[in-house]
Amino acid sequence: MTNSTIERFPDSTLLALAPGYRFQWEEAQNCHVLMYPEGMVSLNDSSGEILKHVDGANSVADIISHLERQFPDADLGDDVRDFLAEAGNNGWVKPSTDDKANS
Amino acid sequence: MSTAPTPLWLLAELTYKCPLQCPYCSNPVDYATHGKELDTEDWIRVLTEARKLGAAQLGLSGGEPLARTDLEDIIREGRKLGYYTNLITSGIGMDEDRLDNFKVAGLDHIQVSFQASSEELNNWIAGTDSFQHKLDMAKAVKAAGFQMVLCFVTHRENIEQIDQMLDLSVQLNADYVELATTQYYGWAFLNRDVLMPTREQVIEAERQTNVFRDERMPSHMKTFYVVPDYFEKRPKPCMSGWGSLFLVVTPDGKALPCHAARQLPGINFPNVREHSISDIWHGSEAMNKFRGFEWMTEPCRSCSEKEKDFGGCRCQAYMFTGDPANTDPVCDKSPHHDLIDQAAKVSQKPTEKTIVFRNPKNSRRESITT
Repeated sequence: MTNSTIERFPDSTLLALAPGYRFQWEEAQNCHVLMYPEGMVSLNDSSGEILKHVDGANSVADIISHLERQFPDADLGDDVRDFLAEAGNNGWVKPSTDDKANS
Repeated sequence: MSTAPTPLWLLAELTYKCPLQCPYCSNPVDYATHGKELDTEDWIRVLTEARKLGAAQLGLSGGEPLARTDLEDIIREGRKLGYYTNLITSGIGMDEDRLDNFKVAGLDHIQVSFQASSEELNNWIAGTDSFQHKLDMAKAVKAAGFQMVLCFVTHRENIEQIDQMLDLSVQLNADYVELATTQYYGWAFLNRDVLMPTREQVIEAERQTNVFRDERMPSHMKTFYVVPDYFEKRPKPCMSGWGSLFLVVTPDGKALPCHAARQLPGINFPNVREHSISDIWHGSEAMNKFRGFEWMTEPCRSCSEKEKDFGGCRCQAYMFTGDPANTDPVCDKSPHHDLIDQAAKVSQKPTEKTIVFRNPKNSRRESITT
């Protein structure tokens, strides 16, 4: 679910997972998950596909263009922007900084 | 979606050894009489098998897990298997070298406990001069680049320091702060009459936490306030249900659905030395005993809220009513709810009782008398 009242990141912002967050595929749950201190979120397919590209080097625009190449028939831009805004609001993703934080 | 539950959370209680003596410890009172600890190979097998079933969060706890010299190896294996690895520690037994080793081994996060925000009270409750070292280690944890949870277990003696605990958390740059009101199991149950806060203390502590959140909390910080269930009208959804997503393995290898279940009578909890995790989780009588809803008695059985709270806590039902299949008496629909009210009232009165610190000597003495 996305919430359009949350402010979006500008398209040029480079995004990374927040410190302490780990994104991985979980075979037993058949989905991607985000794990953090003492907690875990199971992600639906589209959230998983978006977060795959959140690596500290891709900007919001890069993430959208990767996904548009993957899914050429869909108009994804605004859904992706809304999801990333929501993910930022949840503390899952952050603008990446120049000092290469912990990998 | 599959209906078979997955043990998403594996809590590895690596040892009952602990340099601290906190009287609110959730470990069993008779821990000193338990059998030999699992060795490194046993633990790695447990981690491997649980991971295959889908365990993803690994808690390394105790006692004090730093008392295990193979902790680094267990972390490394856990991380290699794909776990998110959480170290739950008092900080005693830690130094900068060990922190570096943990970083290299791939540890994801460290939870450091404090007993209070002042040195005097912290050291008294811990039964050990530990405050300064905890401060140093909390700083070192952050300096090493770990995410840090600070945990304060609150009770009558320290709950009025909530404001100072929150300030200390800001000062130490904690990412998460847990203010966990003592839950009365194990040593905490033994010491309940000395630890139970008054209702006024609880309300004030919650108010101070909310003011902190609204006015002073740094934007990166999250706080969790665990309410004391003796003051509630509905039970906690204990462990999200028995055998639902939580698996505990004790230092001597018993597999449990929660920290406290070992005390329940008539249940033979399987040992990981004798059975695979898969057999234990899916097939053992113990793990299936209170799984789902079939076992429930009234008023839970016909209750519209049963899928929300799973009938509460089996251990609490047993401790108060003698039957773990009863409704958790915290629920005001329980015919035994007055026992909780009474306990809360009695425990709030001044008491002649003295605090029993958690240590091997007291453990042996209490296991004879109980």
